[in-house]
Amino acid sequence: MANDIKILTEHINIPGIETFEVYRKAGGYNAVEKAIKKMSPEEIVEEVKKSGIRGRGGAGFPMGMKWSFLAKPEGVPRYLVCNADESEPGTFKDHYLMKNLPHLLIEGMIVSSFALGANKSFIYVRGELMYVVRILEKAIEEAKAAGFLGKNILGSGYDLELVVQPGGGAYICGEETALLESLEGKRGNPRNKPPFPAVKGLYQSPTVVNNVESIANTPWVINHGGEEYAKIGIGRSTGTKLISASGHIKNPGVYEITLGLPVDEFMNSDQYLGGIRDGHYLKAVVAGGSSVPILPANLFYKTANGEDRLMSYESLSDGGFPTGTMLGSGGFIAMDETTCIVRNTWNFSRFYHHESCGQCSPCREGTGWMEKVLHRIEHGHGTMSDIDLLVDVAKKIEGNTICPLGDAAAWPVASAIRHFRDEFEWHIKHPNEATKLGAVYMGAEILA
Amino acid sequence: MSVTFTEDKLKKAQEIILRYPEGRQKSALLPILHLAQEQFGWVSSDTMDYVAGLLSITPIEVYEVATFYTMFHLEPVGKHVIEYCRTGPCCAMGGEEVFSHLKTKLGIKANETTSDGLFTLKEVECLAACGWGPCFQIREKYFMHLTNQKVDDIIEELSK
Repeated sequence: MANDIKILTEHINIPGIETFEVYRKAGGYNAVEKAIKKMSPEEIVEEVKKSGIRGRGGAGFPMGMKWSFLAKPEGVPRYLVCNADESEPGTFKDHYLMKNLPHLLIEGMIVSSFALGANKSFIYVRGELMYVVRILEKAIEEAKAAGFLGKNILGSGYDLELVVQPGGGAYICGEETALLESLEGKRGNPRNKPPFPAVKGLYQSPTVVNNVESIANTPWVINHGGEEYAKIGIGRSTGTKLISASGHIKNPGVYEITLGLPVDEFMNSDQYLGGIRDGHYLKAVVAGGSSVPILPANLFYKTANGEDRLMSYESLSDGGFPTGTMLGSGGFIAMDETTCIVRNTWNFSRFYHHESCGQCSPCREGTGWMEKVLHRIEHGHGTMSDIDLLVDVAKKIEGNTICPLGDAAAWPVASAIRHFRDEFEWHIKHPNEATKLGAVYMGAEILA
Repeated sequence: MSVTFTEDKLKKAQEIILRYPEGRQKSALLPILHLAQEQFGWVSSDTMDYVAGLLSITPIEVYEVATFYTMFHLEPVGKHVIEYCRTGPCCAMGGEEVFSHLKTKLGIKANETTSDGLFTLKEVECLAACGWGPCFQIREKYFMHLTNQKVDDIIEELSK
């Protein structure tokens, strides 16, 4: 399979593609026609299962399986909720997709809602993206005027209403049960599971929550079939993935890559990131959003067994946490040798402390401690025992909270110490040099 | 101080409430708080009480939500609220240096308002624009690829 197939972004550069008219001319909404006129909801679920597509929000759970868990009690409404609360540092792919191709998401929402038997579906967009909320609302109006939304869609008797809901600036609402709480007008406190949303979700009704990119893949799956989709990619990493790339690279931006693309090619070819900015070299990579383990350059390019790494769920996680990482949300952050790992880890810890909802003590207290200890190391007041203290706190948060925010806060700290312990030690031994802004441990020398 | 929506905003609020299933009008809380902040610039406790009345919920249900979500300003703010991203990827692109410059330019620290009431500077977490950083947002508009020069231009433009 060619490396450059574009499932999501093929038409993204057509002028006016954000309007219904242009999107329709480019073949948009054909999947709605096909799904509603020629397929049953069960057949659509079957195609999505066959596609092997995994949730694109970060967890990578098979989408078809998630759909098949949806309870269908008689007389109870079912809901589809699109998670567009993209807030994981390093991740901006859904932002890019929604602002450029709003109708792709709307088309995906229609076919997915039809497949799940939902008559009212929600798109929960982070509140900061209010301008994207307005773009989506305009697209919904256009689709409704053309008969693709509202009552009796294309004369089929199927009704669907789409609601765009803005959040209020809380990372935690990207966790699906916190998102549902928020959508009900409450604080974004994650729920205990079970019951899972598939049984009791929004308004205590069966609910599926899917990421923007996951839903945007469904029109292609319907047009071409799940089996065709599964031919793209590698192994259990089927299809393409949007990678949002930032940091010290030549070409930051959003890329649609075929899963299985060699990491070296993605990092260094001009078609993709173009390598590290001139005169510098790669030090570390956060491959899938701030919560995944950070890897030093050598372990990013090659696994501990010396195999070339690929951009896929399996290859990036090869070696587990000791030597691997995760594809996560596709929030790719490249750092060159001018990056201070201690400062970056403190920055991420501050983020998680700020975003902890406060429900579970290990996360509420632990994220605060990690931030404070990292702050004192970075600012020249650390002691050697602080390093093990951080490892200990991270270990005590991980796995001990209702939702994965605790894990997300623990992993960056644990992995930074695992791979860059000498840099933490250098900070503690040389507080005067280390506290200069821009000072970086370089092994034997200091770059100021 | 009594608080009421303008006719337009009230109409919009009523439309929003009707989006949700019957009896689930509390779902309208976040969108309506945004609407209130659009009109009043910030969310006072009087505003919260007013919103509670609109949605037929208790005031505490509004307080606990308005204080949880960081986008709502619980104190009066300047005419332009600059929400500056302080998270890792923006910092990698020089975000900290540009932020220092911005503070000097405005003569205030983070979470302060200029004495002329024109600018409030808030530090926020990741705005999902990492590849286009450093960035900040003023109301609904994103300002990206910031440099010291660009910051100067924006501030001068908004000061006119």
